[in-house]
Amino acid sequence: MNIPIYLDNNATTPMDPRVLEAMLPYFNEKFGNAASRNHAFGWVAEEAVDYAREQVAKLIGASEKEIIFTSGATESDNLAIKGVFEMYKEKGNHIITTVTEHKAVLDACKHVEKLGGKVTYLPVKEDGLVDLAVLEAAMTPETILVSIMYGNNEIGVIQPIKEISAIAHKHGALFMTDAVQAVGKIPVDVNADGIDLLALSAHKIYGPKGVGALYVRRKGPRVKVTAQMDGGGHERGMRSGTLNVPGIVGLGKACELCGQEMESEAKRLSALRDKLQSALTVLEESYVNGNVEHRLPHVANISFKYVEGEGLMMAMKDLAVSSGSACTSASLEPSYVLKSLGLSDDLAHSSIRFGLGRFTTEEEVDYAIEVTKKAVTHLRDLSPLWEMFKEGIDLNSIEWAEH
Amino acid sequence: MAYSDKVIDHYTNPRNVGTLDKSSHKVGTGLVGAPECGDVMRLQIQVDDNNVITDAKFKTFGCGSAIASSSLATEWLKGKSIDDAMKIDNMDIVEELALPPVKIHCSVLAEDAIKAAINDFRVKNGLAPIESEKVHH
Ligand SMILES: Cc1ncc(COP(=O)(O)O)c(C=O)c1O
Ligand code: FES
Repeated sequence: MNIPIYLDNNATTPMDPRVLEAMLPYFNEKFGNAASRNHAFGWVAEEAVDYAREQVAKLIGASEKEIIFTSGATESDNLAIKGVFEMYKEKGNHIITTVTEHKAVLDACKHVEKLGGKVTYLPVKEDGLVDLAVLEAAMTPETILVSIMYGNNEIGVIQPIKEISAIAHKHGALFMTDAVQAVGKIPVDVNADGIDLLALSAHKIYGPKGVGALYVRRKGPRVKVTAQMDGGGHERGMRSGTLNVPGIVGLGKACELCGQEMESEAKRLSALRDKLQSALTVLEESYVNGNVEHRLPHVANISFKYVEGEGLMMAMKDLAVSSGSACTSASLEPSYVLKSLGLSDDLAHSSIRFGLGRFTTEEEVDYAIEVTKKAVTHLRDLSPLWEMFKEGIDLNSIEWAEH
Repeated sequence: MAYSDKVIDHYTNPRNVGTLDKSSHKVGTGLVGAPECGDVMRLQIQVDDNNVITDAKFKTFGCGSAIASSSLATEWLKGKSIDDAMKIDNMDIVEELALPPVKIHCSVLAEDAIKAAINDFRVKNGLAPIESEKVHH
C-alpha cells in the first residue's frame, strides 16, 4: 500500500498504464500533423485521430462525426454555451442552468450575460437534484439552451437527464450536459438521454490532462456552435488548432477501457464506497451530503459536524481527499455546491469528499476508514463546539462574534 | 499548502488542550470566532493573586494554523502577568509559526482570544476591560 492514499478521483485520475502505452508512439515515431493530407506522416496521425473519434463516440452512443476534440472540459463547456448563444441568439437569448454547475459552465454563462443574454440559475433541492417542475416553469419561448450537469463533481448526485432533456425539447430548446464526472463511470447514451451537446474530459477517466471533447448532435436536430477559437478550420470549423494527437489517442483508449470495464468497476466501487460510508457514518453527527440513491458509484461526501474540514484533512495526511471548507479555498467561502443544498456554513466547513477510483483497493479503503475515524476523534477532542454539543448547549443560542 | 514544521508539531501534539472551570473568578475565558466562519477558538487562563497566569487551556474548531496558533498562545501565556499577556501581538505568532498570508487571520483569532480571556478575568474581578484599538493586518 502506497501512502498517501489517493482518494481524490473527482479532481483527477491517475493515467492507466494501458493509456500511456497507446500514446507513446505518437510523441516521437508517429509525430505527424493530422491535418497534413499529402504524406504518410499526416495520414498515420489522422488515422489515429479517426480511430480515437470512434472510441469516444462509442462510449456515449454517438457517431464519430459528432465528436469535436478540445483541450478539456473547460473548453468544451465554453464552446457549447458561448457557441450556442452566438449561433442561436436570433432565435432567443435565454439559457437555463443550475447553481451547482462547475465553474466552467457558470462562468461561461456569466459571459453570455455580459453579451446581453439572460441566464436563469435554477436552485436545487436539498438532495442536490433539480426540481423538474421548477425547470418547466423557468422555460420561456426565448429559451434556446438548458445546460445541466450529468453527475456533480462534489457530491456525485446524478440528475434526471432524460426528464430534463424532454422538458427542454418540449419547449424547443437544446439540451447540453457537462458529463465530465459521469462519462465512463455510468452508462451515458446521447440518444437515449436526449442530449444535444455533451462535454467530457480525459483526465477524469484515467486519460491524460489537457484533452477533452464536445459532442455536438448532427441529426434530429443538426446542432451548430459558433467557433470560439479562430484559425485553420479544424474540427469541422468548430475548433481550430492543430490536434493534440497523443492526447487524443489517450482519450480514445481511456474511453475504450471505460466502456469495457464500466459495469464491473461500478459494482466494485459502489461496494467499496458503501463500506467506507457506512463505517464513517457510524460516527456520531456525521451526515452524507446529496441524494444517496441517484449518485455516482465512487463518491461519498460526508460532513463531520463540529470539526473543520481543513484541520481534519491535516490529521488525515495519509489520505489525499478534498474538503468544501473555506479554509481550503482562496475565496474563504465554503463550497457553493454544499451551500446550495441548504447546508449551514458550519456543515459545509466540515465536509470531506472521498472519491474512489480504478486503482483503489479494499485494503486502502479499510485504512482510510481507520485514519478518518482517528482524525475525527482527535479533532473533536480539540473542538470547543463538540464539547458544547456534548454538554447539551445549543450553539444557536450563543452570540458569536463574527469577524 | 505546505505547513511549517512548527505548525505540524503544535497540530499533532497540541499543548494545553482542555477546559478550566469558567465559573471560577480566577479563570478568564475568551470565546471568539463563529462556526459559520469555520473557526471558533476558546482560550482560558487561570490567574493567581499576583495577576500572573499560572495555567492556560484551549480548544479550537478550525484549520491546522488556527489550532497551532492557539496551542502556541497557551504556551506563551503561562507565567506571564496579565499585563504582559495583553501585549502579545498576532504578528509574533505569524512569525513563530511561519504562517503564510492567507493564514494570518488564524493568528488574529488567537490574539483576540487572549484579549477576550484577559478582559473576562478583569471584569470578573472588578477591573475595567481594556479596549483594543489595534487595526489588524
Ligand atoms: C463537472 C466538471 N466540469 C468541468 C471540469 C473541467 O474539466 P477540465 O479539467 O478538463 O477543464 C471538471 C473538472 O474539474 C468537472 O469536474
Ligand atoms: S481557521 Fe480558517 S484558515 Fe485558519
